[in-house]
Amino acid sequence: MASIATSQTILVVGGGIGGMTAALEAAECGKQVILAERSPTLGGRTALLYRYFPKMCHPTCGLEINLRRLKGNKNLRVMTMAEVTAVTGSRGDYTVSLKISPRFVNKNCTACGDCAQAVTAEIPNPFEYGLSKTKAAYLPHAMAYPQRYLLDPSIAGTAEGEKAKAACKYGAIELDMQDEIVELKVGAVILATGWKPYDAAKIQPYGYGRFANVITSVEFERLADPHGPTGGKLLRPSDGKEAKNIAFIQCAGSRDENHLRHCSRICCMASLKQTQYVREAYGDDAANGGKSTIYYIDIRAIDRFEDFYLKVQNDPTVSFLKSKVAKIVQDDAANLILHGVDTEGYHRYAVEHDLVVLAIGMEPESNGIKLPADIIVDFSGFIEGSKDGGQFGAGAASSPLDVNRTTQNATAAALRAIQVIHKTATVETANG
Amino acid sequence: MSESNQLNTLNQQAVARYQNNFLKEVEDHVEEGQWVKMCMQCGVCAGSCPFGAHWEHSPQKLFMMIRAGKREEVLSTDSMWLCTSCYNCVVRCPRKLPITHIMHGLATYARRLGLVPKGQPTEEFATLFWNNLAKTGRINELKLTLGHYFKDGLISGIKTALGMQSIGIKMVLAKRLNPMEIFGGHGIKDLKGFQAIIAKAREIEDKKHGAAH
Ligand SMILES: Cc1cc2nc3c(=O)[nH]c(=O)nc-3n(C[C@H](O)[C@H](O)[C@H](O)COP(=O)(O)OP(=O)(O)OC[C@H]3O[C@@H](n4cnc5c(N)ncnc54)[C@H](O)[C@@H]3O)c2cc1C
Ligand code: SF4
Ligand code: SF4
Repeated sequence: MASIATSQTILVVGGGIGGMTAALEAAECGKQVILAERSPTLGGRTALLYRYFPKMCHPTCGLEINLRRLKGNKNLRVMTMAEVTAVTGSRGDYTVSLKISPRFVNKNCTACGDCAQAVTAEIPNPFEYGLSKTKAAYLPHAMAYPQRYLLDPSIAGTAEGEKAKAACKYGAIELDMQDEIVELKVGAVILATGWKPYDAAKIQPYGYGRFANVITSVEFERLADPHGPTGGKLLRPSDGKEAKNIAFIQCAGSRDENHLRHCSRICCMASLKQTQYVREAYGDDAANGGKSTIYYIDIRAIDRFEDFYLKVQNDPTVSFLKSKVAKIVQDDAANLILHGVDTEGYHRYAVEHDLVVLAIGMEPESNGIKLPADIIVDFSGFIEGSKDGGQFGAGAASSPLDVNRTTQNATAAALRAIQVIHKTATVETANG
Repeated sequence: MSESNQLNTLNQQAVARYQNNFLKEVEDHVEEGQWVKMCMQCGVCAGSCPFGAHWEHSPQKLFMMIRAGKREEVLSTDSMWLCTSCYNCVVRCPRKLPITHIMHGLATYARRLGLVPKGQPTEEFATLFWNNLAKTGRINELKLTLGHYFKDGLISGIKTALGMQSIGIKMVLAKRLNPMEIFGGHGIKDLKGFQAIIAKAREIEDKKHGAAH
């Protein structure tokens, strides 16, 4: 292939489960596809989950299947550390600008890890929501694709960088790599840029950022994961003690005119799932083991998830309190007292917990970023598509979706993109 | 017709007109009443109110009671009279209901219908405040405070006044309270104009909600 992209090419922006699915579906239909991912690895946010509801399987599984499909497909080209910065032109004829950041590690890397051994500098681990540190030469996570280390830019021009370079037996480290700007011609664009957790510190009465033991649901996923910062132990941040009396606060930042207006849809299921992590850690004896309390407005376990909800309702380690917590107060032992009024009976309560997990809302990753001018977004910023009908939102970029619905939605986006390419191809043939 | 009979009439008219649709009645006659149906019963307002423990019914509960048609209970409770306008609930309500205003709206409507519990202190003070203000167009702090202290009779008034003495003296020294105001006090320049404004406002109100005064 001489030119890497033509107006027959589909560009997929974002290599999470949504982007991978869209790219694979289109490529398996015989279309030329470029998948551009901003971070050093594919996988997106699902790679940072411990288990998937409703079947409680590990995300590794779904990712592995997709990676296998991807490796076997010659129509698909993956670019990592490639951020889409601008899209110009129109349906069937777009010019896309990509900023490729330097990885400082080339294809020769065998992921042996000698560079990480050699380096002493550490950075907050971007794949652990900053809960732990990692060496400044690192592999993003066990499932990373490509399986290739990278150097944090902070050490590239330093003695630490030289140490890494000297340690690599394969000559894989190139300290003089630079930012690159690449322009591509494509016919259709799928925007699968995903979601991000809402900034919990903005929910002032809950004290995130002020109270050590108030954490978010995405952080709790990392605590539960044996590959995570605590080796899978549910240790609370203030003193490293095992948290056994855990509160989950629903709609943290969602369904709230002061924060995110929409229902994030997955967080009820995420908390129901996370109560099962607690059960897994301490067993089913609520009196001596761990217990979970879910504070909620109403539980939205949509369609087939109802079964999962029923199962958790019958779990003796889990209780439900119908109330949106009004405020949290921290005591001297860094425990948290939740204040509010119970909607079923209007009783005032003040309940103590040793860890509080905020079921944080999902907002579009693209919020706060300047999108190409003619992209239509809804009131929360979720991407619908472009006016000219050549760019499409997919997965959590288009709506707060779980993995299952993300893949369905991404497949639909792939089909729309294929239609654009077909039309372009027909026009080009007609014009000779 | 005596005033209380007239109030009763207004109340009876409302009952007859709205039958069991109390929500509609609230929407039509209570300030910001059209917001009541937007409440999703999350409980944040109830849990955020600094007076929470002292209310019989929190705002959350009042909104549910309105929707459930509990007209008598809502209009004759003194719960909404305890609202101190701190606005904690308003800034936190995920649905952005103007809760404080609805509380005052409910109180005003209950008063219009003559359903306020006898001796409700907030209502008494509000009446005192209003009469004091309407007379000269300016608050006479001395008369207002004394009127308030002596509302339960001479003895308790003297007790309260003595208890508040040091604050009163400080206020006088800081020129926040003029002891000479006891001899009538000063009014505003165009008292007639002011009273005309009040009369007009009352006329508009009465046209909208029925004459209660
Ligand atoms: C606490 C929690 C628990 C959850 N648990 C479950 C569960 O158990 N089961 C389930 O089904 N779902 C769960 N979800 C939902 C799940 O995380 C999402 O459905 C899923 O991540 C959506 O995938 P995506 O590919 O659309 O987006 P993402 O996973 O966010 O991927 C988007 C990708 O795009 C990249 N990107 C962004 N901008 C650019 C750009 N400009 N250029 C290039 N690349 C870019 C990002 O780096 C990222 O890799 C959970 C969510 C939360 C909050
Ligand atoms: S899914 Fe549940 S927790 Fe999340 S915003 Fe909707 S109702 Fe609230
Ligand atoms: S905070 Fe708002 S939505 Fe919640 S119960 Fe109170 S009025 Fe209703």
